[in-house]
Amino acid sequence: MPLTQFLVLAAILFAVGAYGVLARRNGVLVLMSIELMLNAVTLNLVAFSAQLDEVAGQVFALFVITIAAAEVGVGLAIVLLLYRNLRTPDLDAVDQLKG
Amino acid sequence: MLDAAWIIPALPAASFVAILLFGRRLGGGGAFLGIGAVAAALGASLMAVVEWVHRVDDAATEHGLGTLAVFGKGLLGAEAEHAAVKPVVHAVTWWESGPWVLRVGTHVDGLTVMMLVVVTVISLVVHVYSTAYMHGDERYTYFYAALSLFTASMLLLVVAENTLQLLVGWELVGLCSFMLIGHWWEEKPNTNAAIKAFLTTRTGDIGLLVGVILTGVMVEQATGRFSFGILATNEAALSGRVGETLLTVTAACLLLGIIGKSGQFPLHTWLPDAMAGPTPVSALIHAATMVVAGVYLGARVYPVFWEGFAIASGGINPMAAVGAITIVIGALLAFVQNDIKKVLAYSTISQLGYMVMGLGVGAWVGAVFHLFTHAFFKALLFLGAGSISHSGSHHSFDMRKDMGGLRHHMPVTFWTFLIGSAALAGIFPLAGFWSKDDILATAGQSGYELFMVVGIVGAILTASYMTRCVYLTFFGTYRGHGHPHESPPAITGPLVVLAALSVVAGFANAAAFGIEKFVEYVEPTVAFPKVLVPDFDVTLAVISVGLALASIGVAAYLWFQREELGPFAGLTRRSAPARAGYTFLVNKYYLDALYEDGIVAGIRGPLARAAYRLNQRVIDGIVNAVGRGTAVAGRLTYRYVDQGAVDAALNGLADETGALGGLLRRLQSGRLPRYALAVVAGVVLLGAGLVLIRI
Repeated sequence: MPLTQFLVLAAILFAVGAYGVLARRNGVLVLMSIELMLNAVTLNLVAFSAQLDEVAGQVFALFVITIAAAEVGVGLAIVLLLYRNLRTPDLDAVDQLKG
Repeated sequence: MLDAAWIIPALPAASFVAILLFGRRLGGGGAFLGIGAVAAALGASLMAVVEWVHRVDDAATEHGLGTLAVFGKGLLGAEAEHAAVKPVVHAVTWWESGPWVLRVGTHVDGLTVMMLVVVTVISLVVHVYSTAYMHGDERYTYFYAALSLFTASMLLLVVAENTLQLLVGWELVGLCSFMLIGHWWEEKPNTNAAIKAFLTTRTGDIGLLVGVILTGVMVEQATGRFSFGILATNEAALSGRVGETLLTVTAACLLLGIIGKSGQFPLHTWLPDAMAGPTPVSALIHAATMVVAGVYLGARVYPVFWEGFAIASGGINPMAAVGAITIVIGALLAFVQNDIKKVLAYSTISQLGYMVMGLGVGAWVGAVFHLFTHAFFKALLFLGAGSISHSGSHHSFDMRKDMGGLRHHMPVTFWTFLIGSAALAGIFPLAGFWSKDDILATAGQSGYELFMVVGIVGAILTASYMTRCVYLTFFGTYRGHGHPHESPPAITGPLVVLAALSVVAGFANAAAFGIEKFVEYVEPTVAFPKVLVPDFDVTLAVISVGLALASIGVAAYLWFQREELGPFAGLTRRSAPARAGYTFLVNKYYLDALYEDGIVAGIRGPLARAAYRLNQRVIDGIVNAVGRGTAVAGRLTYRYVDQGAVDAALNGLADETGALGGLLRRLQSGRLPRYALAVVAGVVLLGAGLVLIRI
């Protein structure tokens, strides 16, 4: 399969993710969008790895997956605590750090 | 077992970990873990001995057949020279960087299996003995953990494949020695003794460390490949491709290590102090095993010394000289001690002197054989002294105040101690006779007559100080205040076992009867110089035993006669030279004074005074002048620079910053989507910039 298809798919995924992060107000959905972006990157890594016959890309992909899992763990915990304190998942309500 | 020799040190190492983790929770404080592991190690070592003997025998048979086929003659030729039996070497790479390869593994030959048996036998006996001797000690479990660690380290040292691994084991046994000397650390003298032992041996270890590195350099010079391997080192030393200076320097550095570890003059001062530790520890570490690590090192890389000190040429060399001096000074000091363990400690120093001198005069077999026999009878004597203090003298080691007349109360201890003393004094046919005679005969027959005479003098001294010691302890009237009784079986059992070994061990290499198992099985046949195997010298044997018996007789006569020195009674009061000599000995040749007051204080005192003077005059002056100057400069600066220029500038800057900050804080909305937008915008800008620059 040509590389381009993977890259296009990854670019679409990334763009969808970026849109989600920017436009969504629900913290859980923002986290999910970040996951989409990460998966786009992982897809790129694997695609290039297969194309160039270089195993390092797949190793990186495994790392990204692992770290993404950890990141989601922390992120969900933060969102949960925010919800408990503010009684809303809306991220616009979180502006205590306003200068 | 020759191929899997790593199991032998691994067993006590495992028991060390197990005792540390579970010892306190198990019944008996974990002692049985240690006993079991050491017993298993002993079994494995005995298997290794049997396999090694088979290996040598098989090689000899093949060699004999080969000779037969080639020359068509009888087996006469095969009898005269030994077949070459390679040591069994296994190693894995521990660390590798470019051409530097450090390996760890096992090197098993006759010398190794002999040492394995000695270490495991003595260790097992001491483990059993300690169940009674250390009973009720508050750190009983810790004590057994340390014993296991010590045994593991010593066995690691023995099976070491290379000199670096040997150094690791060497330092580990030093650490265990430190821990066990200071076992009763609540009392200050014990911790002092532990620190002294550690630091004094470390002084020698510097030499060993340099020596080990130099062995690697030697191998590189000979073969072009860097290696610490013992076999490679020995081959390099004998190859003739190593520079003479390098060989001599390597030998001298390694000798310094031996001097530190094996209590040789002038670094022997730590060993008597090390008696502060529990008696089983003295028997195991400071008589039979750790202190002979130096001798073992000397025997292990013997070609280095053989070539470096030109031992074959006769005359005088540093190794033999150090050994000979140690024999005499150790034996003389043993006369003026009132502490039974210190008598034995100085005796150990003296006997280690025999071994080092033996190596120095080319009596390799004699030295190693003496190591073997000495381990049994000296451990026996130490454990005997422990038995006396345990049950006879109320935990005291003072022969004058708390002992005397104990032979009726403690018959087993008495007879075994007597056997040990006779073996130490070299009385035919006990163990000490054969090994000492072997060293003396070799010295006499290879151009070292002077050292043979020193050895005979040492034997005379040994016989008389042991007579004094036995007399003060077991004869006369009881001077203590307790109720002496025989020790429990856990203490007398080991004594009996060791006494039996002290009787029979000598027949392993009884030259007079044509038994030469050490020559046949222990002496290496690969990468080893042609050391002299002495003919049994009846005259020499008769002379040395005769002199030893005579000195026992004289000493016994003097003490039995009047409980005093007979005609010598009050000699130190009447004669100035005798008093001077006595004072000189009581003060241990002033070596401790030299080290502590001379070297340590000599450096510390003037250095401190000079530093104080420098402090008062030079540095204080500078500091004061600088201080005054600074004060003046400070006032001027405050007035003109600080108030006038800097403050104005700073106030202006602060105002400007505040204004700018007011503008910037509008950016800090605190809202997440805005930040995310900024990040995405930044990435897009960067990406765009990258694309533009590329194009």
